[in-house]
Amino acid sequence: MKTEFTDIAVIGGGPAGLAAALEAKRAGVKRVVVLERDVELGGILRQCIHDGFGIHRFKKRMSGNEYAQAFIDETEKSDIKAYADTTALELTADRKIYACNSRDGMLEIRAGAVIMTTGCRERTASQALIYGERPAGALTAGAVQRYINIDGYLPGKRAVVLGSGDIGLIMARRMTLEGIEVEGVYEVMSSPGGLTRNIVQCLDDYGIPLHLSATVTKIEGRDRVRAVTVAKTDGSRRPIAGTERVVECDLLVLAVGLIPENELLIKAGAEIDPRTKGAVLNDRFETSLSGIFAAGNAAAVFDLVDYVSVSGEIAARGAVEFLRENTSDKNTENASGGADGYVPVIAGENINFVIPQRVRKGAARDLAFFMRVKTSAPRAELRCLCDGAVAEKKVCRYIAPPEMLSMTPCCAAEREIKIDAVNE
Amino acid sequence: MTKDFVCIACPESCRLRVNGGGGCVSVEGNRCKRGYEHGVSEYARPMRMLTSTVAVSGGILRRLPVIADGGIPKDKIWECLNVLYKIRVKAPVTIGGVIVENILNTGVNIVASRSMNAVKI
Repeated sequence: MKTEFTDIAVIGGGPAGLAAALEAKRAGVKRVVVLERDVELGGILRQCIHDGFGIHRFKKRMSGNEYAQAFIDETEKSDIKAYADTTALELTADRKIYACNSRDGMLEIRAGAVIMTTGCRERTASQALIYGERPAGALTAGAVQRYINIDGYLPGKRAVVLGSGDIGLIMARRMTLEGIEVEGVYEVMSSPGGLTRNIVQCLDDYGIPLHLSATVTKIEGRDRVRAVTVAKTDGSRRPIAGTERVVECDLLVLAVGLIPENELLIKAGAEIDPRTKGAVLNDRFETSLSGIFAAGNAAAVFDLVDYVSVSGEIAARGAVEFLRENTSDKNTENASGGADGYVPVIAGENINFVIPQRVRKGAARDLAFFMRVKTSAPRAELRCLCDGAVAEKKVCRYIAPPEMLSMTPCCAAEREIKIDAVNE
Repeated sequence: MTKDFVCIACPESCRLRVNGGGGCVSVEGNRCKRGYEHGVSEYARPMRMLTSTVAVSGGILRRLPVIADGGIPKDKIWECLNVLYKIRVKAPVTIGGVIVENILNTGVNIVASRSMNAVKI
């Protein structure tokens, strides 16, 4: 087995991983390795051909590809060692990675620090509680996106979309543009999951109906999807008996949520936050395993790629700091020193979750928090309270659960940090 | 004449009311300059971004993603797509490379949104 020694190993070559690798290089790290299981770098952005990416970072609307290419080009100009078509199989708490590919066979990578940027997965039909036969043609939105945008196949002729988050809306438009008839988008909740502008430019522009408080209850067809049964849902999202309707289609597109992919971290023993389904992170995006960091959609589903890249850079700076601590004899104040060295970050009443979940005690630091609110409001004040005192506040004109928010206070906490959004 | 739109310039999704007539247009409900511009444009002639793919030969993939380098009149989207459906390009392609110049005289170019190397056989 080939063994490689590196300063920083990044698992996942998407927008978080590439941003992390490049930030590590900028900080002067000599050896940076990126492992990517797909045949080329870029992650999920390779198949996101629609525009709307990069508004924060590049101040223009780019397609997902263009955003990815900017990072890929910079990576290729650097001496970052990228292993494409290489799957990481195991991570150990002492920062060994076992991976394989068809050129090297098995690989062992021993890293000074590891950054996990493994992204997320889509929820599937059985997770959406749809039962019945399991014919071809019930696909996740991401699978359909890949078939159409990368492989050049149309996976159906008449589609039903379940889920009105931005991914479902964007795929409804994309399928329409490629000649697949979209019968409708069904949403179990009473309000759309995606942004209003996507309802306008993806559905309204093409006359695609949106059915709120409705869901798919059954898939019909043995070898191929022949139809789905849809039904209205009540306030607790349960189908209402007697409202069933059979819709003929040969494609069911499931856009029913994303789950961070953390199998390697879980097996290595990292603590997972049940709310984000990502690792519990400290302020430098380090997991409960010393020297192992996490960022991007593996840490929490972000929606906004600009934030994904920022989180990768935070983790990279953390990893660089960790490497420096480990090479100096002095016990620096940055060392985390176990659970006692942390103060908790508490999500206020209208906050669904915040990452990072804890912050190192003591000296004043520049912190970055990402959070999602529970309810929408036209105007709200975001507050970061450090040991009860306001460390930062900002007024947001529009907040809603689908949109991740961020705050960057500088504070020294001894007891706790609390983040809240107070509607005005 | 009065028309109502939902602004798509940013996620805030302002409800716009545009009053036109006699060469004069006023926009209400917008909270920024981009909202005003969107209202004026949506009233006169709605424009949309267009992204799609075209067939590519000799590259690592079978499809090359493309993007319009400016807004395209909404009523010309299908016509533009019909042009793109028929196109096949050859790798290598560089990001930003023009795939269709001035598509349907809209003044907008369709450009590659990624680079694609040629595959050595």
